[in-house]
Amino acid sequence: MLSAEGLRHRFGRVVALDDVSFSLTPGQTLAIFGPNGAGKTTLLKVLAGLIRPQAGSARVSGGRRAIGWIGHHSHLYDHLTVLENLLFWASLYGVPAARRGARAAVVLERLGMSDRAEQPVWSLSRGLVQRAAIAKALVHDPQVLLLDEPFTGLDLAAAGELRALLGELRGAGRVLVLATHNVDEGVELATDVAFQRRGRFVQFAPRGGRGAAEIAEAYRRVVGGDRTDA
Amino acid sequence: MREVLAQAWTVARKDLLLEFRTRTALLSAVVFTALVLTVFNFGRDPTAVATIDLAPSILWVTFTFAAMLALNRAFQLELENQALEGLLVSPLSRLSLYFGKLIANLAFVTIVEAVGLPLFVLFFDVPVGHVLLPLVGVIVLATVGFVAVGTLFSAMVIRTRFAELMLPVLLLPFLIPPLVGAVQVTARLLAGRPLSEAAGWLRLLAAYDIWFVFLSSVLFRFTVDE
Repeated sequence: MLSAEGLRHRFGRVVALDDVSFSLTPGQTLAIFGPNGAGKTTLLKVLAGLIRPQAGSARVSGGRRAIGWIGHHSHLYDHLTVLENLLFWASLYGVPAARRGARAAVVLERLGMSDRAEQPVWSLSRGLVQRAAIAKALVHDPQVLLLDEPFTGLDLAAAGELRALLGELRGAGRVLVLATHNVDEGVELATDVAFQRRGRFVQFAPRGGRGAAEIAEAYRRVVGGDRTDA
Repeated sequence: MREVLAQAWTVARKDLLLEFRTRTALLSAVVFTALVLTVFNFGRDPTAVATIDLAPSILWVTFTFAAMLALNRAFQLELENQALEGLLVSPLSRLSLYFGKLIANLAFVTIVEAVGLPLFVLFFDVPVGHVLLPLVGVIVLATVGFVAVGTLFSAMVIRTRFAELMLPVLLLPFLIPPLVGAVQVTARLLAGRPLSEAAGWLRLLAAYDIWFVFLSSVLFRFTVDE
């Protein structure tokens, strides 16, 4: 479903990816934890095809059409309504014209945004923009979801709803790759956990029965207080 | 190819809808066109050079700088919430993105020219009625060429600092051939000369269009991919 083999990438002298390899099958969720600048975003960009790695390769079954991306930016056009944005992105992802409206309605309903469909994006609060961005990432029903700090900007209730939604998607056999610097976020969603430091996976293992506290302890032990990577 | 064109139209329709909603760039370009023509109208000495000799250059200088405004905004709107990143992650082919932007830019520049031409006739009192069709043909021919190149360059400069300054500096040298061709053909048309006299220039404009639409569409992906 998703595999990475020997990924290496540098920005000048800064190592962003250093021999990163892993593979995920349907239903697996990989949570990547690392300090700022550890290379998490670069890894997601390589998986999404935004950056061509200097060595190694990444492969997603189904290609770009199978990928949903939630990054640091919403990718929404401020002067289009939420619905117009969703229909535009659905069209680019090859959702048949007859199904676009229904598909947009389903994701808006699921994210509690049905009543905001006709609102222009510029009029939404930051939290609602983030929800609309999640709706945009899901509108084509992707098989692989790449999430870069997806909880940023969400209030507690919305973050809880997003966790529940991601849990549903994992249960439905989707592959999720979640990158965050906050160990408390998303641990319970993960089937596998990776700690990334200076571009390298310093630990990559199934989560097993470990809870947030154990993962946080392991993170401190392996990664330490390093905040100056890359 | 059908898929490429369908996706290009999706991008172009979105750009035109955004422009229709905000109207900022279109209004700016139209007002700019009117102002430039006004300045030329009052800033020349009609007794020194005959209007008919000056008019073709004025028309094309005005159209060129008004088109710059359109080309500058083409990728500027993709920086809003980093939508360009979303486009590049999506299955949208780079060819579709290029042609989508090209179609939207052509529509935009055509509207500006459609407003600018009557103003030009009004200000300079140049009779174009008898040559309107060939004149429109020349405008279309020249516009396709410089918008094709301009779309490529606007993508190239969008991630640079001072993109709005960089675009004219990089683009203008490439616009010299179609500009010279367009001015020459327009001058002959307005002077009442037969179109056959400008056949060489028309061939140059057509060759420029074909070559630069092809070249720009091939090179485009190198300007947007990281």
